[in-house]
Amino acid sequence: MDPSKSTPPKETISLEVFRYQPEEEDESRMQRYEVPLHKDWVVLDALNYIKDQIDGTLSFRWSCRMGVCGSCGMMVNGEPKLSCAAFLRDYAPGPIRVEPLNYFPVIRDLVINMEDFLHKLGEVKAWLLPDEEKPVSEGEYRQSPAELARYKQFSMCINCMLCYAACPVYGHHPDFIGPAAIALAQRYNLDSRDGAADQRAEVIFSHEGIWECTFVGDCTRVCPKNVDPAGAIQQAKVEGTKDWFRSVLVPWGKKPS
Amino acid sequence: MELLSHDILIVGGGGAGLRAAIAIGEENPQLSVGVVSKVYPMRSHTVSAEGGAAAVIKPNDSLEDHIYDTISGADWLADQDAVEVFVNEAPEEMIRLEHWGCPWSRDPDGSVAVRPFGGMKIERTWYAADKTGFHMLHSLFQTALKFNNLTRYDEHFATKLLVHDGRCQGVAALELRTGQIRAIAGMAVILCTGGAGRVFPFTTNAAIKTGDGMAMAYREGVPLKDMEFVQYHPTGLPGTGILITEASRGEGGILINKDGYRYLQDYALGEPLDVNDPQHPRKRTMELGPRDRLSQAFIQEHDKGNTTDGPYGHVVHLDVRHLGEKKIDKKIPFVRELCRNYAGIDPVSELIPVRPVVHYMMGGVHTNIEGETPLPGLLAAGECACVSINGANRLGSNSLTELLVFGARAARAAVRFARQAVDVDGPAVLRLAQQEQERIRQRYFQPQQGKDNIAKLRTELVWAMEAGVGIYRDERSLRQTADVIRELKERAGQLQLADHSLTFNTELTAALELEYLLDVSDTVVCGALARTESRGSHQRIDHDARDDERFLKHSLVYRTDGDPRVEYLDVVITRWPPGDRVYGSK
Repeated sequence: MDPSKSTPPKETISLEVFRYQPEEEDESRMQRYEVPLHKDWVVLDALNYIKDQIDGTLSFRWSCRMGVCGSCGMMVNGEPKLSCAAFLRDYAPGPIRVEPLNYFPVIRDLVINMEDFLHKLGEVKAWLLPDEEKPVSEGEYRQSPAELARYKQFSMCINCMLCYAACPVYGHHPDFIGPAAIALAQRYNLDSRDGAADQRAEVIFSHEGIWECTFVGDCTRVCPKNVDPAGAIQQAKVEGTKDWFRSVLVPWGKKPS
Repeated sequence: MELLSHDILIVGGGGAGLRAAIAIGEENPQLSVGVVSKVYPMRSHTVSAEGGAAAVIKPNDSLEDHIYDTISGADWLADQDAVEVFVNEAPEEMIRLEHWGCPWSRDPDGSVAVRPFGGMKIERTWYAADKTGFHMLHSLFQTALKFNNLTRYDEHFATKLLVHDGRCQGVAALELRTGQIRAIAGMAVILCTGGAGRVFPFTTNAAIKTGDGMAMAYREGVPLKDMEFVQYHPTGLPGTGILITEASRGEGGILINKDGYRYLQDYALGEPLDVNDPQHPRKRTMELGPRDRLSQAFIQEHDKGNTTDGPYGHVVHLDVRHLGEKKIDKKIPFVRELCRNYAGIDPVSELIPVRPVVHYMMGGVHTNIEGETPLPGLLAAGECACVSINGANRLGSNSLTELLVFGARAARAAVRFARQAVDVDGPAVLRLAQQEQERIRQRYFQPQQGKDNIAKLRTELVWAMEAGVGIYRDERSLRQTADVIRELKERAGQLQLADHSLTFNTELTAALELEYLLDVSDTVVCGALARTESRGSHQRIDHDARDDERFLKHSLVYRTDGDPRVEYLDVVITRWPPGDRVYGSK
């Protein structure tokens, strides 16, 4: 939104923003900024105001400003939030503490390193692996609305990383595949066109992290898209347990792969 | 500096770039592919597309109808051979995406569902609720993960095409994490960098859409085509410019003025049907007219005093209440989410304030039907390119399909080029990248004289564009804007950065983006000044008729040391001679 076209409000609110510039300082610090308290401004608008009007050296990621690109996740007063969807008015009178997402290495200021997630997305084979490739000439796979509904919720993940920043298991065990990647694996496992659930299970259960997940459900609570990664993890675990019993106790009962 | 090399280099990791990358993997997995993107690919702006993607799939539809709708929607400025290729290849591209897992909404029998969009005779828009672009992009990105021949350069900001010996041989890209310039060579380079909606103040476009690829190509002497054609989407949220999808009208939403009157009936868009009439919404009429005509109707309605004044300027209202909560939640749930979160209203029970906002650049890097630009080794696809299938006004839901069809075509053409081309000149590419690094160091890491900051210049630019090159233009408004741009360029040349750090320096990237925005703005104004007619989205108050005799032609804007130079190229007309655009009769 363009600040020049709306009347600036009289009230202001302070933001305490996490700053870390690795070339210039050994440690992070908090920096305080005063911004106008527009009733329809979100935390991201305030950060852009700071960047444009007060301090050009503040770094953060953002792009769509409509809650779908997943770039602008941050800790806002200690909670993982999309900063484009966190209204200043909900935090008035402030101050609002803005920090990088928990549990991720910080590159600079509010910018985290999320390479680990991208690696895990590849590990769990988060893409469609049909039993048999269907030629394009044969047209689309048939999939009923009910079949679509089975996995649709898990396909809504925008990779914003809020669930990782809320996950105590990920905090202790960075190897844990984690909520979003498991939800996306489960998204394909449940797709009627897919046939590779067994391949994904190997990866998901390769780290004991999953057994430490006690379904506190913080990942689901903070998800801005109602994906319910905790539900996905629970489903995956139930399937995993069944498979384990099948393979150990009744090896001949193992699902054909 | 180390030289990184690939067979094919793709700049941009959105829909077109990822489709191109996958096409190469399918064509020949031995070829190494590099994808350079200034954001993680799933952050690309394709993600924000909502309503759907057009392709003929249902038995009641025909390729002929899709072709005609596209050409007439384009006000006959589209190349008809290109449109035919596009429409013919669209269905198989869409099916391919279905095979890669895209969660298309379905009919009860399990086939993909389609919905109507503006300017269409027959409903042919495939959709995934109203997050079609999001699902397409994530399906493409996740599918791309399985190709081992693909190297991603995520968060690498391309600053320059490396052209040596009359051929594009790579790019210089700023690695955001380290601040180092990387020299990345490619036997062929495909630009897939998207549009430039950020040259305007009210836009549906994400922050990253700053015309990077268009400007980089332009600087190397490649012409930009039809840049004067800028699409305003008729229904954006005021203030933020957030898109309220055309699907909301495809599902039956109506537009009303301050008196509750469906004003579109006064603008040659047909007669309104009652919202409870089973025939509503009727295709190619009223709310399902083309975007250019609806946006123009808004301005005229505003001039008559029939719009409502709000905190962010004048608006009309989009009414979807009659659809009911169940249908809204099923068909356009994202519209409800966006209205609640960003406009503080619930469309189930309230009217949505809307206004036209810049949405799409019909113009772009001049390419032929294979995606090749006039510069050997350089190709382009997606919104940054102009093939042209969109002419003077793009039809809603053609752009997502265009990413697929022309992303794949450009990839195949790049492979053909790479096969017959001699090796890149590694030392020359390195040298060019080193020069680019030095340019950036000199320009942005040395003290400068300027007193402006980036935001100030950017704000002045976008308001000058809205004032002079908006929905209606004339020579005076255009000349004024041209003067502003000239002045801003001078001031931008002396910008002083506060941030001299190498690590993730987003002030530096904003400055580089401002340079791109200024170049792109220049070409938009220049094309608009030269085209003394009105066609599609380009409406000249001082030349209000279409002039096929002089302007059934594409404009090509070339960079020179002084003002840009405009040339013209005939539109390819095959079977559909120019006619009147009729919406709403019959």
